[in-house]
Amino acid sequence: MAVVKVTADTFEAEVLNSEKTVIADFNADWCGPCRMLAPILESVSETMDDVKFVSVNIDDEAELAEEYDIVSIPCLIVFKDGEEADRSVGLVSADEIAGLADV
Amino acid sequence: MKYDVIIIGGGPAGLTAAVYARRSGKSVLLLEAKSCGGQIINTPDIENYPVEMHISGYDFATRLTEQARALGAEIVLEKATDLRLNGSEKTVTTAKNAYEGRSVIIATGSAARKLGLENEDALVGRGVSYCATCDGNFFRKKKVAVVGGGNTALEDALYLADLADTVYLIHRRDAFRGEDATLARLKARENVRIIYNSTVTALRADKRLRSIEVTNKDGSVAELEINGLFVAVGRIPENRNFAAAVDLDEAGYAVAGENCRTRTPGVFVAGDNRTKDVRQLVTAAADGAVAATEAVKYLNETR
Repeated sequence: MAVVKVTADTFEAEVLNSEKTVIADFNADWCGPCRMLAPILESVSETMDDVKFVSVNIDDEAELAEEYDIVSIPCLIVFKDGEEADRSVGLVSADEIAGLADV
Repeated sequence: MKYDVIIIGGGPAGLTAAVYARRSGKSVLLLEAKSCGGQIINTPDIENYPVEMHISGYDFATRLTEQARALGAEIVLEKATDLRLNGSEKTVTTAKNAYEGRSVIIATGSAARKLGLENEDALVGRGVSYCATCDGNFFRKKKVAVVGGGNTALEDALYLADLADTVYLIHRRDAFRGEDATLARLKARENVRIIYNSTVTALRADKRLRSIEVTNKDGSVAELEINGLFVAVGRIPENRNFAAAVDLDEAGYAVAGENCRTRTPGVFVAGDNRTKDVRQLVTAAADGAVAATEAVKYLNETR
């Protein structure tokens, strides 16, 4: 599955109400590590069918960034049943992303 | 298969080494732990690299990676955890594989040094940061502190002074190692407060960082309410896994001269993790060129 771009309007349906575990990538266009991480997430998303991957642009979605207290990007937040289960900050490897989903 | 050159680390030094070694017709395996590019991807604007008036760190890294790949370097995203020597045989191991090489270039760069406080790791992304230009934007009109005494700390404080409400600059000594000109500009800012002879001794947080405990050399303790703490206390070279093959100096840098040769024939070191005076993008790339050229010379001599 590809990484789905979400907005404040679709966040509840795509993330909070998701039956699958969700890994949400909070990022920005100006952030180099975020741009490095994007293709890694894309390839991991193809191999993990039981996890949904979404992308949140923090400049477009400032309210979501505020709500989830994003103070460093890239920031991956793992959501289970609508609740934050874990988060990681900075560029991470494909294996580390897979490990995050296991929490 | 046995590679002519195994390069550990996919930053500017390692990628440049790959370009040079491939152009000399050698087989090249480049191992990178996360994603090629290295530290430079955090830099929004590169304006001191020859020819380019301006390029982003991301574009620089991406183009250099493409160049290395187009020339035939095999790039594998695995973290090298060990380098073993058996005569002239060199084996680089990762969590998944072991790779045989006739020569090795260690270009692992460096990582930000941490303060070493108990809950520091848990607060990364919750108020603790090692990159002011990456994360400063999130602290507009907030209170922040910078820890450190070198140029990075001074420049971080100056950068943050444009964004934040208040910037505390905390330094363990009574004088800064950083440039006087930067310090003078910093002192002219009304929203910067410099705290000398002090260290951060505790981080207080609920879901995120709320305050820090600052202890002065004289024993007095103060509590500062802040939203963000920017740590700029130097960097640690990533040479730990390779101490069996190369000598490390007191700070952990791999000992090698400008020819990038280590004490082990056929093992070279390139970039920020080498002992040297100037650690810049262009000197990292230069190291890559030198190390690869030396490796090719070694290969041709020992063949």
